[in-house]
Amino acid sequence: MEIISAEVLPSEVVPAEGLLGASWLLIALPLAGAAVLLLGGRRTDRWGHLLGTATVVGAFLLAVLCTFSLADVEGRSVDVDLFTFISTGQLDVRAGLLYDPLSAVFVLLITGVGSLIHVYSIGYMAHDPARRRFFAYLNLFVAAMLLLVLGNSFVALYVGWEGVGLASYLLIAFWYTRPGAATAAKKAFIMNRVGDVGLALAIFVMFAQLGTTSYEGVFGTVGTLAGGTITAIGLLLLLGACGKSGQFPLQAWLPDAMEGPTPVSALIHAATMVTAGVYLIARSAPIYDETPTARTVVLAVGAVTLLIGAIAGCAFDDIKKVLAYSTVSQIGYMFLAVGLGPAGYVAGLAHLLAHGFFKAGLFLGAGSVMHAMDDSVDMRRYGGLARKLPITFATFGLGYLALIGFPFLSGFYTKDAIIEAALDRDDAWGWVLAGVAVLGAGLTAFYMTRLMLMTFFGRARWADGVHPHESPTVMTAPMVVLSLGSIGAGFLLVKAFPLSDWLEPVFGEEHSAEHVVAPLTVGLVVTGVMLLGVLAAWLFVGRREVPVTAPVRVSPVTRAARNALYADTINESLLMRPGQWLTRALVWVDNRGVDGAVNGLAAGLGGSSSRLGRTQTGFVRTYALGMLGGAVLVAGALLAVTSG
Amino acid sequence: MSDFPFLVAMIAVPALGAAVVAALPKGRELLARQLSLGVSLVVLVLTVLAAVAFDTGGERFQLTTSVAWIPDFGVDFALGVDGIALVMLLLIGLLVPLVIGASWEDGAPGADGVPAAATEGRSMRFFFAWLLLLEAMMVGVFAATDVFLFYVFFEAMLVPMYFLIGRFGGPRRQYAAVKFFLYSLVGGLIMLAAVIGLYVVSASELGEGTFAFDALRDLEIDPGVQKLLFLGFFVAFAIKAPLVPLHTWLPDSAAEAPIGGAVLLVGVLDKVGTFGFLRYCLPLFPDASRYFAPLVLVLAVVGVLYAALLAMGQSDMKRLVAYTSISHFGFIALGIFAFTTEAATGAVLYMVNHGIATGLLFLVVGMLIARGGSRQIGDYGGVAAQAPKLAAVFLVAGLASLALPGTNSFVSEFLVLIGSFPERPVHTIVATLGIILAALYILLMYQRTMHGPARGVVAPAGGDEPPEAGPAGGAGATAVLTAPSATAVRFRDLSRREIAVVTPLVVLVIVLGVQPQLLLDIIEPAVVATLDDLGATR
Amino acid sequence: MTLTYYLVLAAILFTIGAVGVLVRRNAIVVFMCIELMLNSVNLTLVTFARATGTVDGQIMAFFVMVVAAAEVVVGLAIIMSIYRTRRSASVDDANLLKY
Repeated sequence: MEIISAEVLPSEVVPAEGLLGASWLLIALPLAGAAVLLLGGRRTDRWGHLLGTATVVGAFLLAVLCTFSLADVEGRSVDVDLFTFISTGQLDVRAGLLYDPLSAVFVLLITGVGSLIHVYSIGYMAHDPARRRFFAYLNLFVAAMLLLVLGNSFVALYVGWEGVGLASYLLIAFWYTRPGAATAAKKAFIMNRVGDVGLALAIFVMFAQLGTTSYEGVFGTVGTLAGGTITAIGLLLLLGACGKSGQFPLQAWLPDAMEGPTPVSALIHAATMVTAGVYLIARSAPIYDETPTARTVVLAVGAVTLLIGAIAGCAFDDIKKVLAYSTVSQIGYMFLAVGLGPAGYVAGLAHLLAHGFFKAGLFLGAGSVMHAMDDSVDMRRYGGLARKLPITFATFGLGYLALIGFPFLSGFYTKDAIIEAALDRDDAWGWVLAGVAVLGAGLTAFYMTRLMLMTFFGRARWADGVHPHESPTVMTAPMVVLSLGSIGAGFLLVKAFPLSDWLEPVFGEEHSAEHVVAPLTVGLVVTGVMLLGVLAAWLFVGRREVPVTAPVRVSPVTRAARNALYADTINESLLMRPGQWLTRALVWVDNRGVDGAVNGLAAGLGGSSSRLGRTQTGFVRTYALGMLGGAVLVAGALLAVTSG
Repeated sequence: MSDFPFLVAMIAVPALGAAVVAALPKGRELLARQLSLGVSLVVLVLTVLAAVAFDTGGERFQLTTSVAWIPDFGVDFALGVDGIALVMLLLIGLLVPLVIGASWEDGAPGADGVPAAATEGRSMRFFFAWLLLLEAMMVGVFAATDVFLFYVFFEAMLVPMYFLIGRFGGPRRQYAAVKFFLYSLVGGLIMLAAVIGLYVVSASELGEGTFAFDALRDLEIDPGVQKLLFLGFFVAFAIKAPLVPLHTWLPDSAAEAPIGGAVLLVGVLDKVGTFGFLRYCLPLFPDASRYFAPLVLVLAVVGVLYAALLAMGQSDMKRLVAYTSISHFGFIALGIFAFTTEAATGAVLYMVNHGIATGLLFLVVGMLIARGGSRQIGDYGGVAAQAPKLAAVFLVAGLASLALPGTNSFVSEFLVLIGSFPERPVHTIVATLGIILAALYILLMYQRTMHGPARGVVAPAGGDEPPEAGPAGGAGATAVLTAPSATAVRFRDLSRREIAVVTPLVVLVIVLGVQPQLLLDIIEPAVVATLDDLGATR
Repeated sequence: MTLTYYLVLAAILFTIGAVGVLVRRNAIVVFMCIELMLNSVNLTLVTFARATGTVDGQIMAFFVMVVAAAEVVVGLAIIMSIYRTRRSASVDDANLLKY
């Protein structure tokens, strides 16, 4: 589609030169690592984890260099054209990368956090016989995720999109001998596929209406489409984003995905992959700019998920599930932010980056706790771990404070920015959304304080034979680095080196600096609600003894929260059971109905021929009588014809 | 070099090879295998050379040969290939040596505690002879440019397949073979009537009857007659493809056929149906094709979902794979009858990719069955822990089958859907739902057989059980374990021979997933010519 | 000369032969009855040949006789072998050739 690509572009994209021209190495490095580890077999067992870590660290260093050289490029957007992927008829898909401020931010997050988690995994997986396979899958994930954020067309994004889905499947099912892990992996893949259908259909609509699938082509001409078509594209993209990011109504797979090893939960199901939906919506900003309807739906999805995640997070006793629902809820914040439009993109992405640091840190801390507690995840069997695990406690505590938005830590800046952006809408919707976000902040403070109190404080409720011990340095070092991010990321991204300046080539200039409600007021209100949540948690959990088994007689609200607001039940009764029933019915129809008709026809023919065969008795004289009768009949017929 | 009669050689070499293998004295089993493999490799080399000699920018039909055969009726022994037929020949040339390699130990007594197949102790000379004859017939079907010659190969192809199923198949092989034969024969007879009808029309229009494809293409047939003749060809191809509701022979045949036969049956033979749509239905009967397109598209889309749901309900692995194929054929038919270049190119690419992906899936399932001695999914569990390479190849085949990006099938499925969408949005949206179901049936089968603890015919590892490593967080970790059955065996991983068989296919799955343009450049000109005959809009 | 007597005689012979074939069980008798039918046909052929003054009918009669002779050879051989194996010449006992 040369005609279209010659049109006006959202921002000047120039062909890549020098180092940026080699940015495909970012993807190739971890991919090569995965290939060597998977094909090399046991030969690579001894040094496989080192190679896997080295490729990602190498990619991170390359990403840093690339980012610096990108800053020097006019317009800060370069295109790396690689090869023709699919070209037939009017469809021309070229494999290529788009290196711009948005993708650069994600590349740094993925390779940076990815490197830390690789290092952590060296220690965490040290005693697993399949450690090499683990690093191979992690490398595969990093490669696919980089392709997702670097691709220069929706098709390239889709390839990466399903690629991370595969890596996620492999890693959730890493301990595949456990039926729970295998089922969770399958569930994650299937629910992601539901979202993928939306993404695929969006691409089909783009091709049918615009004749192209590249970002350049689509964003340059999307304004020429009818409003309904743009809304359809926006909603279909949102479906894809919901699947990948565990947003309502496709949120149920994410908590189950905690069956995977903890570093996987940290990297894939907290920091990077699940934020791909936010990336997709931010990347498609030119589309959403044209369709307020779809944008409102994004807002609604974000707000609903934010609350669902926060409510469910209050009720679980499994430390990883609480963190998983927290992730669901925090990504709800990000969706809410990017749904606000230009005002919210930067706020949402800043929260995404800050969340990447503190949530990865929290998960690694949880992994360290589990490491100490003989792999138990039940918080009711924790307690009093603060003294036994000082480093873990310190890093986890900083992550906790960052997450609940304690003043001057990461979450404080980024969450407030989202609430301010919501209030800047200056309409009833804005107030509702801000209210939901503030309520969510209170709930976040409640469930995270509950988690802290049950894990690190109070009396030790350890199972017999458990002797907690601090994790080795190879595990604690990444936790320390991430906790530094938890402290500083928010300030750096919002105040010191504003992300909005860096992202300006993608989203345009920052809009009005005038806020409807003063930031100070917002900060005070949010902090107040947060302190209320902490206080409530202390009243409910910290003040009394935590029972070792969960109370059975509880209010309906608690029961609903424990069942994650019945999401699985609804899925099962609305989709799974009718599906199974339909399948069974169809098998019956196919065997009895369709095949039965064919077999019935065959049996009918066979039956009538055997019945006719009965007339052949073998008695010669019967045949003779038949012949005579036949002759008489013929003669009679002749007579009748000639005489009549 | 391009004067060399490649196509004649590609038919003659395997046919002669089949005769020689069949004539070998009893007891020369190894020689029969080596000879068959050698012959099939010669054919593979010939196919590759033919592909090199083929000029993608040249005339539509190349490498042509034509000899008068029955001059009184204008029948010629005319061969030639366009891009569509060429890629199918490449697929045949590739699959047959692999199938021979995969069947290498069939008929040998079970080794290594592995229960032998139903073919134990049986002389396999004729198996390989029939395979080679089948190869010759398949090449003929795709290379014929004379409609009568096509019909002859179309029917003759049934004979070797009948014997492959009926003599070397599973417990219900007789039933399956007869069903396969009768179904195909009914279609073939209806097509014969249409072939004769076509001859009569050509005789009345040109003054002299002909079966030559190029001459028939230029006929201006009355729309009413076109509809009748179209239906004649269509029914035959719809049975062969197979399109729902004419599909019930395939699960039986594929389940009972020996693995080698099943690979060729689903991988190549069934493509004759979709190939026939493109080569004969569309160019010869353009008006009728447009008239019937809505009906065919509905059948195709219904087939995609219906067969996918049925695949989920199967307990027999081979039947499951057969049903997935029926679902995939729905996609191919959708691509062909959407009448756009992108969709039709995608459909042809789909034909090749499906042969590779499903061929691989069948081969792996066969290796699994060879070890466990059962076709029931429920008899397996936890294979991945004992045979990781087998599980890895199974996963690659499964992912290719569910069209994951990066595998070859993604490109073709994507092309079919994106090409159909502008013309037929509703059909495409419904068909796209099929990709969810594809993920379900593949992953359900994979999880039940490969994941979880050892179960059924899989003996638990003694002592060296992979430790329940890592943090035990699983809620389901306490699932009830089915006691292994009395015939349970330790599963050995892929042997060198098996690795050699699957490697080419795994490599192609990835290579064609990243560089599909290699084939698209060959396919596209032929598809454009076909759609020109049809007078399609785009 | 009148044809009636000859034709009536031929009809009677044919009827006797046909009834014999239908009602008798002994293969030899059935066989002889078939010969009787053939000869009645021969008689008719010769009669019409004489009446029309041509030799066509006579020639046909010779053909029939030659065929009958050949039939006797084959038929008797079959009956003999059936008798040898089954110790019976009844046509109702030889009823294996059926559905």
